[in-house]
Amino acid sequence: MSRTILNRLHSAALALLASAFAPAALADWALNMPVGVTEISKEVYGLHMLILGICVAIAIVVFGVMIVSIFLHRKSRGVEPAQFYHSTKAEIIWTVIPIFILIAMAVPAAEGLIRIEDTRNADMTVKITGYQWRWRYDYLDHDIGFYSTLDRESNQARRLNSGTDPYSVENYLLEVDHPLVVPVGAKVRLLLTAADVLHAWWVPDLAVKKDAIPGYINEAWFKADVPGIYRGQCAELCGRDHGFMPVVVHVLERDEYDAWLVEQTADKVATPENVAATRKL
Amino acid sequence: MSQVDTHSQHDHHDHGPEKGLKRWLFTTNHKDIGTMYLIFSLVMFMTGGAMAMVIRAELFQPGLQLVEPGFFNQMTTMHALIMVFGAVMPATVGLANWMIPIMIGAPDMALPRMNNWSFWILPFAFTMLLLTLVMPGGGPAGGWTMYPPLIQQTGIALPFLIFAIHMMGISSIMGAINIVVTIMNMRAPGMTLLKMPLFVWTWLITAYLLIAVMPILAGGVTMLLTDQYFGTTFFNAAGGGDPVMFQHIFWFFGHPEVYIMILPAFGIISEIIPTFSRKPLFGYESMVYATASIAFLSFIVWAHHMFTVGMPIAGQLFFMFSTMMIAVPTGVKVFNWVSTMWRGAMTFETPMLFSLAFVFLFTIGGFSGLMLAIAPVDFQYHDTYFVVAHFHYVLVPGAVFGIMAGVYYWLPKWTGNMYDERLGKLHFWLSTIFVNVLFFPQHFLGLAGMPRRIPDYATQFADFNMVSSIGGFGFGLSQLLFIYVIVKCARGDVKATDKVWDEPRGLEWTLSSPPPYHSFNVAPEIK
Repeated sequence: MSRTILNRLHSAALALLASAFAPAALADWALNMPVGVTEISKEVYGLHMLILGICVAIAIVVFGVMIVSIFLHRKSRGVEPAQFYHSTKAEIIWTVIPIFILIAMAVPAAEGLIRIEDTRNADMTVKITGYQWRWRYDYLDHDIGFYSTLDRESNQARRLNSGTDPYSVENYLLEVDHPLVVPVGAKVRLLLTAADVLHAWWVPDLAVKKDAIPGYINEAWFKADVPGIYRGQCAELCGRDHGFMPVVVHVLERDEYDAWLVEQTADKVATPENVAATRKL
Repeated sequence: MSQVDTHSQHDHHDHGPEKGLKRWLFTTNHKDIGTMYLIFSLVMFMTGGAMAMVIRAELFQPGLQLVEPGFFNQMTTMHALIMVFGAVMPATVGLANWMIPIMIGAPDMALPRMNNWSFWILPFAFTMLLLTLVMPGGGPAGGWTMYPPLIQQTGIALPFLIFAIHMMGISSIMGAINIVVTIMNMRAPGMTLLKMPLFVWTWLITAYLLIAVMPILAGGVTMLLTDQYFGTTFFNAAGGGDPVMFQHIFWFFGHPEVYIMILPAFGIISEIIPTFSRKPLFGYESMVYATASIAFLSFIVWAHHMFTVGMPIAGQLFFMFSTMMIAVPTGVKVFNWVSTMWRGAMTFETPMLFSLAFVFLFTIGGFSGLMLAIAPVDFQYHDTYFVVAHFHYVLVPGAVFGIMAGVYYWLPKWTGNMYDERLGKLHFWLSTIFVNVLFFPQHFLGLAGMPRRIPDYATQFADFNMVSSIGGFGFGLSQLLFIYVIVKCARGDVKATDKVWDEPRGLEWTLSSPPPYHSFNVAPEIK
């Protein structure tokens, strides 16, 4: 174990040095938000970069003036301090300009928000219920429902001093026994609620984060453009095992999804527990 | 004013303080009480810091090595409660106690006995809060935001937590009333409102915020108490209540609360930068108006802490726009500080170094705050380490650096001795480097998808977590140096002059260093 620490420390130190020059070369040292696989996630990423860019530009100007001032206007250079302390013109300028910058940000932000909140015309609906500490997915258009719990291997490795190296577990803490399965290109409407305390369902690549609240039904949606496996986590403190209820979404091609549906429905008929679970809905 | 007269009749005429413990227990002297507040907050800063060390040690690498997840949650919860209510707030109140009467030429605070009580509630409140850690079921672990229904799963600690918050609230409200009354009634003749030092102004506004919002927090936690023990269902959906209502109540308190922590630091910085730039503060009046605007806006932005709860779109738009507007007065303040430096003749003693770092790093926290205001993007940032990085940037190199700058600035005045400038600068550089190593990588962690308040994480977050932890240990250790510098200064033999610095402005520098136990018994004339 201690060798691992040393190795990590070593690579951390190296990478810290290297990251200053070549951040892209180091996969683990992710610096930025994922672009994601939905139209909305791309739009959100674009907004994020726009605002980051504006902030960096303002920072360069403000910090630049400060740094110049720190170098030029120091007593050790023998300068005489000026005594001005007011300029209505300057103050009006630096009140008005930021307002325009903010409006320039607010317009695309409001447009994006309106698109995100538009849950109409969904192709399918999944009800998501948060529990301490797992998720339940119910496909409201079909007779399918199941719990989604942290996979056994991660669950063993994450115990205090488990003796299992987290690096030996594939997708440590980000794997579940039964992922949410959806078809590519379909607008999936999510109805979120919780059975005990607050939870939040979050998948960065889908740009969906919404609280699951007891007594509420919240709405969200996504439409994944690329098949794949997308991982996220509970994002609202929900007690002891808040860090151990990941979200995994499998986005399948349409025919694979249909096959999966058939398999699930067949399962339902086959096992009595599944029938019981379905009735509970 | 009659109160002040009676007071000065019975313990006056230059006899010093009582000896021994009685001096501190029964004191009504604003300087003694200020000192006690500051020492108390330093003790709490180290206590909350020790908890942060536990958090960073557990997060040093993936897997659980040191603590159970339940205890980890107790640490994050207590760390926040102690740092907010025990370290930052009492430190600014301590500075207010020491400096406001001196800065406005008053002999003491307006309500000295209440002042004693405001302070002495605090040690009891925090002892009780800390004791919950050894109670059956452990301390509160639902986060400092105390969201129901999770907080209702706290064991026997819950009523103690709530009572401790009530006591802190009473202390804050009394302290705030005292400050308002002092500023409104006890300014020296000729000191009009718009001649007050900016630190006094920011504290006046802060005090109003405190009086406005502490009762709201008290009401909210009382509803938690009755939900738990008296069968009400304010926040229980099954009984017709609403768990989200608590969040609205909490953040209606909570957002002004963050300005309660930062506005006094704005005031301190606005005192220090002119002194070491040897130039008057640029745009004094616009600073006052900007502070007041920030305070007003702080009441109408609360729901930006809860964009993901599912508000109607009109609500989200309103809170997004109102939050973005805060950037305008905050920008005015930053521009004014920079303009104060411009064409000054700067020197870089420790208080100035901390102030400069404040302007740089608080502004970075302000930028990430602006990013968080954008609701559609906040859906990605919300409850991730990006948020942790944001609020630690505004609170640590923001509020805490502001307080440290103030301590270095006024320490020679308080003790009569100069602190060790070399060690002070060393403390500054260590703190500034490590605070960035600690918090900057957390931006990346959050953007890459690491949620906050988790004791263990997926392996792709390991590298930046290790860097962050190293920064955390370094920052924590550097603060031991801070204590050493303070103790060394208090015991020091390098006498400070009355003015201490080159050409500082303000009444505090007209007094001796240290000032007499009772100062300004005769009010100074302000021209």
